[in-house]
Amino acid sequence: MSATVDTRQETAGKPPRISSRRLTERVFRIRESGIIVVLIVFVAITVSIQPRFASQQEVQFVLANTTIFALLALGETMVIVSRNVDLSIGSVVGLSAYVSASLFGKVHGIPIVVVFLVGLGIGLAVGVANGLMVAIGRVPSLVVTLATLYIVRGLDILIVGGNEVVAQTLPNAFIQIPRAGVYGVPYLAIVIAAVIGVGAYYLRSYRSGRELYAIGSNPEAARLAGIRVGRRVFTAFAVSGAIAGVAGVLWAAQYQTVDSNAGTGYELTVIASVVVGGVAIFGGSGSAVGAAIGALLLQTINSALYVLGISPFWDQAIAGALLLAAITLDRIISLRLTAALRRRSAGVGT
Amino acid sequence: MGADGHAAGAGQPDPAGSAPGQPGAGPSVSEQSAPSPPGSGPSAPGSGPAATSGAGTPDPPVPPDPAHVPAEPARPASAVPRLSLVHAAKSFGAVRAVVDGSIDLYGGEAHALVGENGAGKSTVVKMLAGVHQPDAGQLLIEGQPVVLSGPAAAQAAGIAVIYQEPTLFPDLTVAENIFMGQQPLLAARRIDRRLMRTQSAALFDRLGVQLDPGRISRGLSIADQQIVEIAKALTRETQVIVMDEPTAALSAAEVARLFDVVRALRADGAAVLFISHRLEEVFEICQRVTVMRDGSTVLASELAGLTADDLVRAMVGRDMPQRTAGERGQPGDEVLRVERLTREGVFTDISLHVRAGEIVALAGLVGSGRSEVARAIFGIDRYDAGKVIVRGKELRKASPTAAMAAGIGYVPEDRRQQGLVMDMSVQQNVALASLARLRRGGLVRSAAERAFATDWAQRLRLKYGRLTDPVSMLSGGNQQKVVLAKWLGRGPALLIVDEPTRGIDIATKADVHDLLVRLAGEGVAIFMISSELPEVLSVGDRILVMREGRLTAEYSHADASEEKIISAATGQLERAR
Repeated sequence: MSATVDTRQETAGKPPRISSRRLTERVFRIRESGIIVVLIVFVAITVSIQPRFASQQEVQFVLANTTIFALLALGETMVIVSRNVDLSIGSVVGLSAYVSASLFGKVHGIPIVVVFLVGLGIGLAVGVANGLMVAIGRVPSLVVTLATLYIVRGLDILIVGGNEVVAQTLPNAFIQIPRAGVYGVPYLAIVIAAVIGVGAYYLRSYRSGRELYAIGSNPEAARLAGIRVGRRVFTAFAVSGAIAGVAGVLWAAQYQTVDSNAGTGYELTVIASVVVGGVAIFGGSGSAVGAAIGALLLQTINSALYVLGISPFWDQAIAGALLLAAITLDRIISLRLTAALRRRSAGVGT
Repeated sequence: MGADGHAAGAGQPDPAGSAPGQPGAGPSVSEQSAPSPPGSGPSAPGSGPAATSGAGTPDPPVPPDPAHVPAEPARPASAVPRLSLVHAAKSFGAVRAVVDGSIDLYGGEAHALVGENGAGKSTVVKMLAGVHQPDAGQLLIEGQPVVLSGPAAAQAAGIAVIYQEPTLFPDLTVAENIFMGQQPLLAARRIDRRLMRTQSAALFDRLGVQLDPGRISRGLSIADQQIVEIAKALTRETQVIVMDEPTAALSAAEVARLFDVVRALRADGAAVLFISHRLEEVFEICQRVTVMRDGSTVLASELAGLTADDLVRAMVGRDMPQRTAGERGQPGDEVLRVERLTREGVFTDISLHVRAGEIVALAGLVGSGRSEVARAIFGIDRYDAGKVIVRGKELRKASPTAAMAAGIGYVPEDRRQQGLVMDMSVQQNVALASLARLRRGGLVRSAAERAFATDWAQRLRLKYGRLTDPVSMLSGGNQQKVVLAKWLGRGPALLIVDEPTRGIDIATKADVHDLLVRLAGEGVAIFMISSELPEVLSVGDRILVMREGRLTAEYSHADASEEKIISAATGQLERAR
């Protein structure tokens, strides 16, 4: 072999290898910093028109809204990265919110922790059902979770009927969860940020996390590489469901009045956040931190339009435009990157 | 790869170079997945691979020009093969892919597996890889029977497979691809990315290639992707490396690089199974050979002492089928003329003609560009240069509509994907290409459609339940008849058929052959692509052979033989001259 080493080193120099790595790294850094730049520009413009947007109350409002979506985006990122999708999370939020909040009225003095566990359990059950059907039943996740979206929402309507949980039945300590904080930053937002950080680190630095990316990048190769595809995908759905269950309890604490409409349409907002945040819709790349920033961006836009007195109808149009921009950007980057890498590898190969 | 770090031994004239512990070269990552083969057999377990590479292969000082290494008899010291497949059989539905497949792989040897298309090589590879489990027969590792439940089990047993189309994760970095599932870990089971990169770089140094471990693998050339797959195999305790036609997509320089790697692996004590259609490569790199034919192993031998002709004979040697062509009259006017047709990188300078009443067969290996020529003639694909002339008129490029209007019918290779609408009924499929004739006032008349389909079903001896059944309910052979009926209903002047009898049973095969001959008798010009030599020889009036995008030979029906065609298809012809 050593003879070959010599010839190769004579023909191909070192430079290509280094510049090629720089290129990929630079592109990825740009990908996530791009969203942050958009966010900063947007906030700056809004504040310059309406300084009230920088007030403690507004910041708190935006962050409180973002926490729930950012948390949901963590679970959805795990699912989307593995080339699947979870559409059921909005319905799970609704069911979990109602059932957990109504517990305070039914069981006097029930510990808040127990309520959270109940919410988590509801979400986990739906997530496990989704995971089993996708991993073992080999049914496309789009179909499975569309079905559970309707089933869980139907169950929710059945249970809620015409009722609703009202704020008076909720203990003060529960209502304070999303509100307590320092300098307008809720403690909850800090906790959620930490959870997302841990989640992102897990996806980046643990074998099972990387295997989710591998599955999303090339499912057939993942199977040939001996990755237990079914188990990993199942876990992703279970976690996504459990997270949605917890998010439902937080939803009840945040909005206090829960009827059968709670969480309707959240799945689409969350998926939009994830994609705007740089997670490829067909799996294989993107980070949970990016997804959380995507959620922050969408919620910021939502609040900013309100503060600026622009019709909230614009909100969805802008979210849609951002989504298109994100996907277009992804496509352009991946085409450019592929072409650049191909040129480089051709340079090295000959 | 029992002994990490021994690799550098092969090319080094200095015997000290083969001492263990090349600094930085040995990726000894595998505390996690140290998979000693189940039951190390009668030979002393500890002395396995290392002892083999030292004692068995008499090759430390390899000559400086490795291209002319004689095929050294490398029967290794250990008498027990690393990996054996013993009398294995495997069927898929009614198709018996492997009937009696046996192969013994010893440590320290490069072993060739050769055979015609469809001889069962790929199925054998998939059984070794744990993708398929044999229906009968056994898999032995170091003499002990094992069952490989899946690809993961095969990997754990030290078997690595490099497929013809490498299976990488395009979004992940090269280093991640190499270490997927067995990444080096830090405390708390975190992945050690830095170590992963440096170890990948060390592996590439050892393989003598320049690749950046930190780049994502999207955009790598096929050759580089194969190198990544090989590096992957090196990170494990790999005992056996299977390479399925690794050279098919490589340039000469890349093949030379791959062969250096194979030699190093062999010197390291690994068993390398090398599958190739290029016999000259087999003789260059391998010590032993297994030949398969029609799903069975027909020859297992040392390569030394054998010639390419011997291998070809073993690959072919079967009973010649009854000759069906020949008793027809002289062919008529020229229907198709192709002049210097070229599509860059796919086929070059193809000139041929087909006359009315004549069957021209195009033989060659899979991937030699035969189907691409047919697709270009019919206008599915573009071409860069040349002309297609049908009955004296030049055909418009890349227009299947123009080709159909000129009287060409095309029965594609993959009938499920391209030839049939599987959910539509038999009757609708038969009528699909003739709707213009069955239409009145813009509507297809159902009665006319039924009469038309019934007529063709009878003429082709189609076996079906009801004409309104979906075509997916028919057997493969009868589906093929439906595709033929669909085109014959238009009364074509030229019929292009690509692999007309692939995957269909023998009786129906004979029906299809009869039909083609009968059509030619009625004056239709037929251009047939086939990988089955008996079919080519029995049906074809003239036989053209393609190799790597060029026409390499033409034989008349009387001149042709399996040996000649295989030689022309594999390049042995040029060697002989």
